[in-house]
Amino acid sequence: MRHILRRRDIVEDSWRYLGEEVAPGDPLIVPLAELRAERERWWNWAGRLGARLNPSDRVEDLTGDLPRLDLVAVEFPNPGDGRGYSQARLLRERFRFRGELRAVGAGVRQDQAFLLVRCGFDSLETTAGVNLEAVRGALHRYDVAYQPGAPQVGLRRQRFFASGGGRAPAPEVLSNDG
Amino acid sequence: MYRYDELDQALVDQRVAEFRDQVRRHLAGELSEDEFRPLRLRNGLYIQRHAPMLRIAIPYGLLGARQLRALAAIARRYDRGYGHFTTRQNLQLNWPALADVPDILAELAHVQMHAIQTSGNCVRNVTADHLAGIAPDEIDDPRPYCELIRQWATLHPEFTYLPRKFKIAVTGSAEDRAASEVHDIGLQLRRERRGEIGFTVRVGGGLGRAPAIGQVVREWLPLPELFAYLEAILRVYNLYGRRDNIHKARIKVLLKSLGLERFRAEVEAEWQAARGAAPQLTSEEVERVRGFFRPQPYETLEDHDPTAGRELAFKAWYRYNTRAHRVPGYRAVFVSLKAHGAVPGDMTSAQMEAVAALAERVSFGLIRSTHTQNLLLADVPQRALYEVWRELAALGLAMPNIGTLTDMIACPGLDFCSLANAGTIAVAQQIQQRFDDLDYLYDLGEIEIKISGCMNACGHHHVGHIGILGVDKHGEEWYQISLGGSANGFTALGEVIGPSVAQQEVAATLERIVETYRDLREEGERFIDTVRRTGLTPFRERGYAAHPAAA
Repeated sequence: MRHILRRRDIVEDSWRYLGEEVAPGDPLIVPLAELRAERERWWNWAGRLGARLNPSDRVEDLTGDLPRLDLVAVEFPNPGDGRGYSQARLLRERFRFRGELRAVGAGVRQDQAFLLVRCGFDSLETTAGVNLEAVRGALHRYDVAYQPGAPQVGLRRQRFFASGGGRAPAPEVLSNDG
Repeated sequence: MYRYDELDQALVDQRVAEFRDQVRRHLAGELSEDEFRPLRLRNGLYIQRHAPMLRIAIPYGLLGARQLRALAAIARRYDRGYGHFTTRQNLQLNWPALADVPDILAELAHVQMHAIQTSGNCVRNVTADHLAGIAPDEIDDPRPYCELIRQWATLHPEFTYLPRKFKIAVTGSAEDRAASEVHDIGLQLRRERRGEIGFTVRVGGGLGRAPAIGQVVREWLPLPELFAYLEAILRVYNLYGRRDNIHKARIKVLLKSLGLERFRAEVEAEWQAARGAAPQLTSEEVERVRGFFRPQPYETLEDHDPTAGRELAFKAWYRYNTRAHRVPGYRAVFVSLKAHGAVPGDMTSAQMEAVAALAERVSFGLIRSTHTQNLLLADVPQRALYEVWRELAALGLAMPNIGTLTDMIACPGLDFCSLANAGTIAVAQQIQQRFDDLDYLYDLGEIEIKISGCMNACGHHHVGHIGILGVDKHGEEWYQISLGGSANGFTALGEVIGPSVAQQEVAATLERIVETYRDLREEGERFIDTVRRTGLTPFRERGYAAHPAAA
């Protein structure tokens, strides 16, 4: 069973990716290209639906589907590929996506965790073998920052703030989790 | 100068703790070299030819005496008692041990310094005009804006893993002394008629392979929009810059492939769409930071000629190594790191300590590093100049050659750098020897030589009046010479004038080139102006005439 870090909790992942063993009604994540190719089919999926973005996918191509989506998974194939950070901020700040925003891939590691969460990710899915406890611990390396960012990591001090409505909304799935 | 508040200090302290843990994990085998590399690079740490190299940030080139002393102590304790000032106004240590680097960073943090983002694919040290705040022709002091940009860029959550390195410069004068047109973003301060401050924004300049001059993306950007516009440029670049080929990953390549009009349209659209979410630059914050860069408490003095009745050597130094100051009775003084026989940009710990003490006595305790790899004491009373000269001369720091042919820029080259194809230090020293006659140097006047050991162009050879590029030819070090480059006021890229020459031929070739200039120049005409007037042909013909070593 796959585990992920969802906000501050290490939890079993209830989501399945297209191609994995899946029962009707399971929460399912499909690639953006697949979603676009068979939009009606996936909109009618019996369970919760998520989409997966590659680094080269345009967030704008997903916006029409956002009302149907409970999750967007953004892929980080390696730590050096930083496109997903921009995709995340666009999803949260411009397109007001309030579902689960997940960073997934070999680029998701403890040394990137703080930045990822500041960009609006609220769940982190590493490759197998990565110590999730260490990833969770890394969220608290800094308690100050210069830039505005998502509120999931509590900061003691911040220098610059967004001028208006720029703060990423707190994701609903986490509303019970202080 | 800027002083850290509790937030700034906490951030660098936490950064040190983070890096200490990363080094520990690397040495324990938990982080492979591949995994560790991007992390250490973002803390200024390269693995070089002989040892690690640590690049310490000197934001916009400004240092307090206490900081320069700390650098001296660090160089003595953890290195070999010297450091190398770079074209990005930073300081490099060539011999630190990896396991010591966290301690070095902790000592830096203790004096409000760091090595954050001095390398790696992220926003690098922001550079400025070294005469900022004192130049008579200045529109506004660029340093407060550099400091604000430094803070905005530090650990930026979105822009820490860009396609490639990203360099920003701010110039406050019409005469661009910050080489802003060869930066990924060059900001030129403007003042509107109503007194409002803003910038002309250039994008896509850069040296390295395929050098390019920045293009104007926005003629006028009001100051409050600075962060929002930078974020728009960086976001377009982060999303669409190439990541498949390291040599095509700079923003200049994206700009070229989209074309200026489309690139501008993308940035402007992003700027408008992201406005509410971008960090706001409030006037309170601007004023807070500006407060750290107020003019010094100058005495009321009058200009006088401090050379009256003094020896010729002092007169020469005064003429070449000091600059006008906007306040009467003061001069800016170059500390020349270009003594003949020395490595351009190198400075010993003892020299650093002596200059720190001197700065405390005569220049408000502040020292600047310049992109030409010298230091500057910006606010020296004219009455102290003679004593300052004698002290600097005793330290070997008064070589009266600033702006002349031997005030060369040179990257560390093959002696240290694992990227280099060829040595630069031996060539620089060969040139120093060949042109050791000061009268001859003064007759040649203003000539900028810039030497790079490889295509990455850390020595800015493309924008040298004379550029020298080291190339590898079947395992031997050869040098390609270009003429006509410039980064001051009028930015131009030099043109290669002929086949590369063997190492031992470099100075002799230069001599034929400058002799050509001496024959062709009109009354009072500078080298670069003669080159522009006549074109390269006469230099090509004479520089390479009867040149058996050329291949």
